[in-house]
Amino acid sequence: MNDARIEGYAKALLEIARAEGSLDEVEDELFRFARSYESSDALRNALTDDMIPAAKRQAIVEDLLGGKATATTTQLVSMVVGSGRGSDLPAIIDILVARASSSKNLEVAEARVAVPLTADQQDRLRAALANATGKQVNLKVVVDPSVVGGIIATVGDTVIDGSVRTRLDQLKARL
Amino acid sequence: MSIFASIPHLIAEGGVSVDTEGIVTHSAFWPETAEIIYGGLASIIIFVLLAKFAGPTLKKGLAGRTEKIQKELDSAANDKAAASTEAANIRQAKGDISAERARLMSEAAAQAEALVADFDTRLDAEIAELHTRAVADIATAKGRQSDELRAEISRLSVAAAERAVAESIDDATHQHLIETFIQKAGAMAGSASA
Repeated sequence: MNDARIEGYAKALLEIARAEGSLDEVEDELFRFARSYESSDALRNALTDDMIPAAKRQAIVEDLLGGKATATTTQLVSMVVGSGRGSDLPAIIDILVARASSSKNLEVAEARVAVPLTADQQDRLRAALANATGKQVNLKVVVDPSVVGGIIATVGDTVIDGSVRTRLDQLKARL
Repeated sequence: MSIFASIPHLIAEGGVSVDTEGIVTHSAFWPETAEIIYGGLASIIIFVLLAKFAGPTLKKGLAGRTEKIQKELDSAANDKAAASTEAANIRQAKGDISAERARLMSEAAAQAEALVADFDTRLDAEIAELHTRAVADIATAKGRQSDELRAEISRLSVAAAERAVAESIDDATHQHLIETFIQKAGAMAGSASA
């Protein structure tokens, strides 16, 4: 899909979420869904396979998100997948999140962790990243067991890596 | 009676004879004296004339014949000499052929010897090259195996370390790592801005 079309989808989804009055929650759920989509080959294949009817692909989305995400999030993802734009889902969601953050003068900050963060830890991490980057951030936490331990934070082009994974990789490179 | 048998009888008669035409002769055998004189003089004149006019031609003819015979003799001698020369040439050529054959045989033997020597040299060089290559291949294989072994040890070590770390990280350690990261990020104070 070309950039204009991705932008169009992102803008439409953003306006729908805003109109539903649940933008913060929806963008957070969409962001986490996009990261799951990127890390799972099976999910990606299932939602982008043209041989699978659109209704079945949408049913897969509803099975995955039903009861775990808001109805708005489920419907938005289902709509994109049903229209055959499943492969552009991460790009659409990233633009949506960036636009939503930008409208609040926030920079998107992604924190990959091995275990979930408490609300307190998220607040302190948000403050710490804001302090480190000099920007107010919209924190998105992604639980990724491959991190092993610690946190990998990405704010724009800046990466702050305090993960056990990276230390293991460094050890591997040294060996 | 034959004429030869009648000659002595005629000589013995010696008297005068008369023929059927009435001519009288003094001897049946001998001519008259005047006839002898005139005949002799005529013969002498004829001989002189012959000697004077026919002699040079005869001499010339004889000289030409002699010259022709001499030429033929010379030609024969020349032919003989030429044949001798040709025979000598043939004998020399035969000798040359033998020498050429000996030279060719010698050259062929020398070339064969040189080829064998060259082959030996190349064979030695090839054996040396193969040996060097084999040594290098063995060294490379040893190095590769060593590298592969090192990489395998590294991979296994990292895998073991990952497993050990993953198993050793309990919730308290996770929290410690998260808190440490938050503290360090908070202490960066704008130094991490892009």
